Amino acid sequence: MTTDLGQGTGEAANAAPADGAVHLETSDLRVHFPIRGGIRNRVTGHVRAVDGVDLRVTRGETLGLVGESGCGKTTFGSSIVRTHDKMTGGIRYHAADGRVLEVAELSQQELRTYRSEVRMIFQNPHSSLNPRRTLAEIVGEPLKIAEGLSGAALEERVAAMLRRVGLRPEYMRRYPHAFSGGERQRVSIARALVPAPRFVVADEAVSALDVSVRSQILNLLQDLQEEFDLTYLFISHDLSVVEHLCDRVAVMYLGRIVELSPTAQLYAAPRHPYTEALLSAVPKPDPRLRDRGRRIVLTGDVPDPSNPPSGCSFRTRCRYATELCAAEEPPLREVAPGRLSACHHAEELELAGVA
Amino acid sequence: MTVPSTGAPLVEVKGLRTHFTTDETTVQAVDGVDLTIRRGRTLCVVGESGCGKSVTARSILQLVEPPGRIVDGSILLHHPAEDGSSQPPVDLAALSPHGRRIRDIRGKDIAMIFQEPMSSLSLVHRVGSQIGEALRVHSDISRKEARRRAVELLGTVGIPDPAKRADAYPFQLSGGMCQRVMIAMALACDPALLIADEPTTALDVTTQAQIMDLLRGLQRETGMAIMFITHDMGVVAEMADDVAVMYLGTVVEKGPVDDVFHAPKHPYTRALLDSIPKIGSARRQRLPSIRGTVPDPARRPSGCVFHNRCAEFMPGRCDVTLPPPVAVAPDREVRCLLHGSTDDQPAAPATATSKEQR
Repeated sequence: MTTDLGQGTGEAANAAPADGAVHLETSDLRVHFPIRGGIRNRVTGHVRAVDGVDLRVTRGETLGLVGESGCGKTTFGSSIVRTHDKMTGGIRYHAADGRVLEVAELSQQELRTYRSEVRMIFQNPHSSLNPRRTLAEIVGEPLKIAEGLSGAALEERVAAMLRRVGLRPEYMRRYPHAFSGGERQRVSIARALVPAPRFVVADEAVSALDVSVRSQILNLLQDLQEEFDLTYLFISHDLSVVEHLCDRVAVMYLGRIVELSPTAQLYAAPRHPYTEALLSAVPKPDPRLRDRGRRIVLTGDVPDPSNPPSGCSFRTRCRYATELCAAEEPPLREVAPGRLSACHHAEELELAGVA
Repeated sequence: MTVPSTGAPLVEVKGLRTHFTTDETTVQAVDGVDLTIRRGRTLCVVGESGCGKSVTARSILQLVEPPGRIVDGSILLHHPAEDGSSQPPVDLAALSPHGRRIRDIRGKDIAMIFQEPMSSLSLVHRVGSQIGEALRVHSDISRKEARRRAVELLGTVGIPDPAKRADAYPFQLSGGMCQRVMIAMALACDPALLIADEPTTALDVTTQAQIMDLLRGLQRETGMAIMFITHDMGVVAEMADDVAVMYLGTVVEKGPVDDVFHAPKHPYTRALLDSIPKIGSARRQRLPSIRGTVPDPARRPSGCVFHNRCAEFMPGRCDVTLPPPVAVAPDREVRCLLHGSTDDQPAAPATATSKEQR
């Protein structure tokens, strides 16, 4: 299958804010997982987890990536930190020393640098920490690898980092089971930030946390961003958290970006029917708004990513779909300054946002 | 809402205590809970993990797993007899967890759905026969009739092409579809109360919206009461008629949903409402948050269980006195010394002016 590369990687993808320098960009990034079957274990198809994503992240911004489960947002995030190498297409990263790294072709040495500059915070603090390691080992490991530190120098850095995320350095010899969910997420954050990264992929970093702890961690992430001049790719399914934290938001559906806009504009006036439906489904924490602004109920489920529909992948659930949508795949294009949408009808539709 | 504003009490939980005792410690997971579930209405029980909301729900059905045990209190189920005449309420807390009485009530009078629909369904049975089984346990009908009813129920919960889907295995259905199957199974015997324990937490927002619409529609049709357990204030605002806010094994505040959201009395409720990011509010501002974390339930703080995280903590009082439940309005109760406590303070909304401590 082909995407309209001319449009996709052309000027349209440049909708990043003009004032910021590009920090990381992907071009036509694809991750296809083979499906094997039959007694000879032959490849019978591919799950197109990520299917042609062009995304530019600007230095210093927080870019939100939202979508339902199975839309490929986590796979996209893990491609960026290269936890697998099943991807095709390019990821270019502008490193601290001014070099532009082609992430797919890094040497061992470069990969080490890359992995200390680009870090990931994982979703579940209960399963992402090794239960047999102490905090000192968990948080210190990236430093050992990246900078070859050991002994007192290592401990000092670990202690400073623990203090910074709100944990007491005296707990360094304890194991993860001794901590609550919120504290463990602080450990995860400490581990991600200890080698002084510049780019952080936060994959559902607050989703497993209780409300009262979640607000603490969100505040911590904002403080750390200012302090260490970080760029965030914030992956989440929680639209209210994303609105709170992010400068721009990319909406993903079935392996592709369908809309990318500055946060306030996306929430006030979405330019893709899927964004509209997602926003209308978010429960509003006020009983007086209960029956206002009717919810758009999406019929059916997300299509099978190994067998996506022809044309626009959202058309099977879209209430505005026309014949054109089945016939032609809509490219992600600039529909207003700084706003991208992959909908044939983005200009005609009047979509409802949230106040 | 078409639900009658005052339903008669269906289930009354009084002074419920469910403790988990091991050799080393006793965890007081539920410690003195009073709740009233009314016919035709939805009670949302909201709280953070470890507050005892699920254990309360499981206690109602005697589904608490050992070493957990109901040590005190009563759970009165008011249900009319088969012929419609009134009969004395049954105390569910006094029934044996393995006895015949409770097994007759489970699924028939009170049904329950869970957070993970995938892991609550049998992997090796077709969904139609799983629903049929729920029917055949409580009524004497043929297999064929059970199958017919199962297909009908799958249609009721909005599963397209129910006759075909009845032959599907759970792994062939999406998470949202599995939750619909669970709901169909729960509805099989037309229960008076449906207990829903975080039924939408594992689902996407769009699916969550579908399931909430479905439950509200079914309630309008059947008049069943719903006890809805969740940690999400947004879901509470959408679903509840009445709200009970739980913290560390006790109900700290309860009342009609509008009052709880627009005139919260307990500092914990207020802090919870403040700490959620609201769509449309100013972006990038720091969120007010509650300091510290929920204490280990095995080491409950003295006095008011919330005192060590409370912004309005009064030394010498909150850490000493366990606040009694105080009725601040009809159907409105709060456990906080700021409200109508021993020295008879008026039950005015306690704002920051109440006490300048700390």
